Amino acid sequence: MAEPSTGTSETEASTAGEPPARRTNSGPGRVLIAVYILFAIAATSRATLQIATKFHEAPVAYLLSAFAAVVYIVATVGLARGGPGGRRTALVCCTVELVGVLAVGATSLLDRALFPDDTVWSGFGQGYGYIPLVLPVLGLLWLRRTREAA
Amino acid sequence: MNGSLVTVTIVLSLVLAGWSLITTLRNRPPDLTHLVSLAIVEASLLVLAGLALAAWAGGEHPGEPGTFFGYLVTLVCLPPLAGVLARMEPTRWGSVIVTVVCLVIPVVVVRLQQTWEVTGG
Repeated sequence: MAEPSTGTSETEASTAGEPPARRTNSGPGRVLIAVYILFAIAATSRATLQIATKFHEAPVAYLLSAFAAVVYIVATVGLARGGPGGRRTALVCCTVELVGVLAVGATSLLDRALFPDDTVWSGFGQGYGYIPLVLPVLGLLWLRRTREAA
Repeated sequence: MNGSLVTVTIVLSLVLAGWSLITTLRNRPPDLTHLVSLAIVEASLLVLAGLALAAWAGGEHPGEPGTFFGYLVTLVCLPPLAGVLARMEPTRWGSVIVTVVCLVIPVVVVRLQQTWEVTGG
């Protein structure tokens, strides 16, 4: 039943009979990584395009798109690498994402003028089916769950 | 954009999403049928991309060229991405990955069509 299979690489050493830390990058974690990859691609291409073609129209929004893209990429790498370092990276990124999506979501509703064009996080990510709001929560839950099982 | 081909890609993708969902519920990893199906979806997307680029070269213009191209490149990368990740995860979660990506593909196809059709009046 849903036994996380051992991948080909990055096996975390289980020392002296202690249960090995559960990996962040297999089982449900791999699904999470897949969705993170999708958002990394979506945010990166969106930001690149916006900054390259119409930066002057909404600089704040487009820089924010770029920032979101970087956070998604780093989170993906953190989750995929696993281990204490990767876990810490992912924890920081998921937290930043959650704060970002809440702050930008609230700001975009209160002050439309600051964001004349949408970002990934505008309206709590409604342009992306609110997945940007759900994703960091799932990420944090997943990090917690794999930690507790360690 | 070829409307019927758009429909074909969406239907193929949704059928595979359904099949992967069944596989997930049966607690099985993705097997050869999923990989072959992903290849078929990819083939249909490549034909769609090829026809769109041909139309573009032939004088038609997407409404938002940059966005259109971005979606097009992303789109043809999705089935291989699902395939690679599914191979890396030979558990039910691999089937979840195929399901998720196959649900994303129709969304991207629809967005692609929208960016083609926004002709700006």
